[in-house]
Amino acid sequence: MDKKNIKKIEKEMKLANEGLPEKERSLFSDVRPTSVTPLNKYLEKFLNWARAESLWFLGFGTGCGAIELRPLMTSRYDVFRYGIAPRPTPRQSSVFIIGGYASMKTVKRIVRSYEQMQGPKFVIALGSCTINGGMYYDSYNTINRIDHYIPVDVYIAGCMPRPESLIAGFNKLKEKIKAGECDGMNKYAENFDWYKKNQKRVIKDWNMPDFNW
Amino acid sequence: MKKIINRIKEKIEIVSLKQRDDLYFINVKEEHIIFLLSYLKEQEGFTHLAFLQAVDYDKYNMFQLTYMLYNYDIKVNFGIKVIIDREKSEMTSIHKLWAHAWQYQRELHELFGINFPGSPRVDESFVLEGWEEIPPMRRDFDTKEYSEKTFYQRPGRSTNDPKEYMKEKLYKNFVEPPKIRREDD
Repeated sequence: MDKKNIKKIEKEMKLANEGLPEKERSLFSDVRPTSVTPLNKYLEKFLNWARAESLWFLGFGTGCGAIELRPLMTSRYDVFRYGIAPRPTPRQSSVFIIGGYASMKTVKRIVRSYEQMQGPKFVIALGSCTINGGMYYDSYNTINRIDHYIPVDVYIAGCMPRPESLIAGFNKLKEKIKAGECDGMNKYAENFDWYKKNQKRVIKDWNMPDFNW
Repeated sequence: MKKIINRIKEKIEIVSLKQRDDLYFINVKEEHIIFLLSYLKEQEGFTHLAFLQAVDYDKYNMFQLTYMLYNYDIKVNFGIKVIIDREKSEMTSIHKLWAHAWQYQRELHELFGINFPGSPRVDESFVLEGWEEIPPMRRDFDTKEYSEKTFYQRPGRSTNDPKEYMKEKLYKNFVEPPKIRREDD
């Protein structure tokens, strides 16, 4: 390929950021997310072990499921003994718990927080609302399947699942991370256009950059 | 409370209804509402506007607004019901009587499409950002159809009639007890 073609493709690959006003577009990044290839086999295995044993979840209550996060942190279920702890900002956390139903207004914030989290990042979808809409399947305001908007690693079924099942979900997530199966971040980068299309179908007043990291 | 209602009856025509000792409702005409609310607030001590809500009666082509007031001295809830036209769907704003009423009016504007001219920030979106359809709490809005059109359904969702399902699952060998003959049979 000659240089002209490469430049043209590069230009097409850049994000348009059409939701922003024109004079602000240059202030934000127009780079797409890129998928990460795993390192050398044994080093990656060690890193995955380290990642699995220290999970920091984002303290963002996105639905009624957020009520299950409080008992996790307190003395009865004491989730700290599994190496799991809450963090206040998306920049410092590695697990995002979608707590039940997500309204259209919340999906915008979910997408924004998910993209701001630093990799490697994992998503736990809590409750049946995130799987198929649950009891809000015919609501005008809550989305039915969260996995069309952000990639999900572990689902926890139930309405509401108890804190024990959340701990079981965390243990499942640990197993998956150690086996190197949690590649939601790469999936998001590879199918970026499909995810954006789905997100923009629901979020009608898109006034943020296309990829906010 | 009876005295208060009688005093109102002297001034304007109303239909009153006592539901409980501490809960009364009256129906008023649309043009009397500002007079009545300011009278109740200034003279009778109903200083607290608890909520303002709407009901859509699309068969009768009307909205019913309920202003719920509370009196801290005699501890009585007082609901004032007004019927407004559904086609026009416009109501006088009361944000000058109770400053926090603008939030209720903004909500009603978004969810029912009732317009309150002059109310501050009434056009801003409340829970539905960038809504394009008819207001969702109106009766003629089909929420299931909208959900199927907009969101992605996961296949395999099925429903059962609870009575039949439990019969099938638990009480398969259930024998109906013999009927006891009563005298009046």
